[in-house]
Amino acid sequence: MSASMAVLHRCCQRSALLVARRQWISSSASRPPLVSRLLLFLTQRFYDVEMLISWKSNFKRSQLQKKNAYYGFTESFYGKDIAAAYYILKLRGGFRFVGQSDWFRANRRGKFSWDFLQFKNTPLEEVDMSHTLVNYTGLTNLATQKQLRTLRLRGCPEIDDWFLARLHIFQDSLEELDISECPRITTGGLVALRNLKGLKLLNVSSLPRVSSPGLVIILLEEMLPQCQITAEGYNHSLRGADEEDMESRKSLNV
Amino acid sequence: MSAWRRLPGKARSAAGLLTSTRVTERLWDPRAPSTCSQSLSTSGSSRNDYLKDLQAQLAGMRKKAADVLPSSSWTSLEINTGLPPKRVDIVIVGGGVVGWSIAYWLKKKEKVRGGVQVIVVERDPTYSQASTVLSAGGIRQQFSLPENIHLSLASADFMRNINEHLGVLNEEPVDLQFNHSGYLFLANEKVAHIMEENYNTQRLAGAKVSLLSPTQLKERFPWIDTDGVALASYGLENEGWFDPWTLLNAFKRKAISLGVTQFCGEVTGFKSITNVLTTVDDEKVGIKRIKSVKVQMPNSLQYQPVDCAIVVNAAGAFSGKLAEMLGIGLGPKDSFSGIPVPVEPRKRYVYVVHCPDGPGLDTPFLIDYSGVYFRREGLGGTYITGVSPEEGEEPDTSDLEVDHQFFQDKVWPKLASRVPAFEKLKVSSAWAGFYDYNTFDQNGIIGVHPLINNMYFATGFSGHGLQHSPAVGRAVAELILDGSFQTLDLNNFGFKRILEQEPMLERNIV
Repeated sequence: MSASMAVLHRCCQRSALLVARRQWISSSASRPPLVSRLLLFLTQRFYDVEMLISWKSNFKRSQLQKKNAYYGFTESFYGKDIAAAYYILKLRGGFRFVGQSDWFRANRRGKFSWDFLQFKNTPLEEVDMSHTLVNYTGLTNLATQKQLRTLRLRGCPEIDDWFLARLHIFQDSLEELDISECPRITTGGLVALRNLKGLKLLNVSSLPRVSSPGLVIILLEEMLPQCQITAEGYNHSLRGADEEDMESRKSLNV
Repeated sequence: MSAWRRLPGKARSAAGLLTSTRVTERLWDPRAPSTCSQSLSTSGSSRNDYLKDLQAQLAGMRKKAADVLPSSSWTSLEINTGLPPKRVDIVIVGGGVVGWSIAYWLKKKEKVRGGVQVIVVERDPTYSQASTVLSAGGIRQQFSLPENIHLSLASADFMRNINEHLGVLNEEPVDLQFNHSGYLFLANEKVAHIMEENYNTQRLAGAKVSLLSPTQLKERFPWIDTDGVALASYGLENEGWFDPWTLLNAFKRKAISLGVTQFCGEVTGFKSITNVLTTVDDEKVGIKRIKSVKVQMPNSLQYQPVDCAIVVNAAGAFSGKLAEMLGIGLGPKDSFSGIPVPVEPRKRYVYVVHCPDGPGLDTPFLIDYSGVYFRREGLGGTYITGVSPEEGEEPDTSDLEVDHQFFQDKVWPKLASRVPAFEKLKVSSAWAGFYDYNTFDQNGIIGVHPLINNMYFATGFSGHGLQHSPAVGRAVAELILDGSFQTLDLNNFGFKRILEQEPMLERNIV
């Protein structure tokens, strides 16, 4: 009897939960907010709360996928360039056509003018999707732009290493890439930039998940010799040396 | 309750003891006048000892009494909680990445919560000989069989969305440390045509590969000596290497959170019933059905017969031995039961070398036509290298000892001729691991054995088990729960080809 009780107890302990946690990645020092702790407490005790939380995260994920869906309908009516342009404007980015000098952008509330429809069959030359929700699946919409020269993806939360690996589709034309402040890029993804041999300007500042950034930047410079790499926002000082200096100064004062 | 009654009885006998010692002390006193004072003090300290003893006994009795009360978990029977339950639905033999992937997908695909009860039996929780953790961890789509390419593509898709699949609430997200460096295959003139055909197959199947001529290769990777190279095949996307231990633990954590339990034990036998059927040619064939699996506890003779409906053989290099317990391969030579499961362990060495002037960050996983391979490890000029030994010179598989002379004789010369910078290198360390080598055609065996009704095999991947594990797990779960393959058609990897002796070989260039 107690054997089955033990098994039941073990099963209860192990029926932890199915929902991915994205907010707190490695900062275990700071306690999560009260609401999250309460939700976690309830989720571990009630199946209903667990189900509601998993519905919520599935809903968020499906909204993200809808935003990045393939704009096939637009492409069948207006062609692939207009479809790419429409996709960028819907995600609140900006772009510039080949041969034009004005940028088309959506304003803060997501409204944009429909003037870009005049330029049928004009490929895009510069795309600025900083701080948008573009991800790997969304890149399908831009895959047809073979003359893309500039791609700015500053601070995009959904860009990860696999996105960078897919950028090989622009390997002949891309000259400027800005992926600074993207929180999900790691060293393994920066390696994926090996294919962009035509790259002239690369901005990899403030990538929080790149460990030993000084070394990685030197290796990147070796890997892409024709490229000028900007990498600010990293603390290159040796913390151990700093602490020793502080201690020696303290002992001298005493 | 009788414990309480025993209390005053014990105290009485203890008091009796006390009086008896006092009597003996008094007897001793007149004969040893010099020890008079000492004897008095010893009796005092012995009284203190006695009191301490008594207190300890009282505490013990109180604890025993509390245990006997119904709310405690003490029983008089010795219960080994490491024993698996007496009856489960599916037993997965082997706790490597393939086994846990199957466990995860089975629980993911069950339509009702608690629909299938799955347990995973692994005999070595330290994974000291498991192929998963000793693997170099690479994934590539550059195969010649479309099924293999699709398996790799599906697995790469899985790993791209790994947190969506294997994320658990309130746990760290999974970080596979995937290096997107690609594979680079080099072919000489004799095998260049095979590489071109493979390139076409790969492109058709959806893999992103590019072909490079020797000049393009030299321009791209100046550190390669392109002497003898006629064609090179370079992966652009979804290829690279990752941490196998992280993948294994991610599968394990998610499967356990969905209700799979792990047991440490070794499968030492099966109980099965045999149905004798007559074939069209009036031959009698015995089809076995496994009724229970005998799981023996580690370092013990204790075992538990686990009644089960389905057994999954994901034992890797040791799957052939497991199948032998059911008599596969032990029948007469000209019948189906005489054909063994052709999976055996083959030892492969991996050497960690350090070369400060070696190739940089964009070093791909380079595989030369001579068989030697290497890849970058970390950022400090460390590389992992090795070569597959010749057919006749397979090392002994009784242990995992490394032969360093093998590096000097077989690996270094070929490596240094291909990459001149590696002439100056130092071997930092080395390890050895087993391939679950399919001696028949070096491709996986997925499916039911025709002579055993309910044993599903997922083994024999010969070095590709790790990279195909998510997709193979899904395929086996579909086979078990849906009855047939749903997403990828892997019927060509079944037992039919082994029994009909028609190998499905990979047309590799090595």
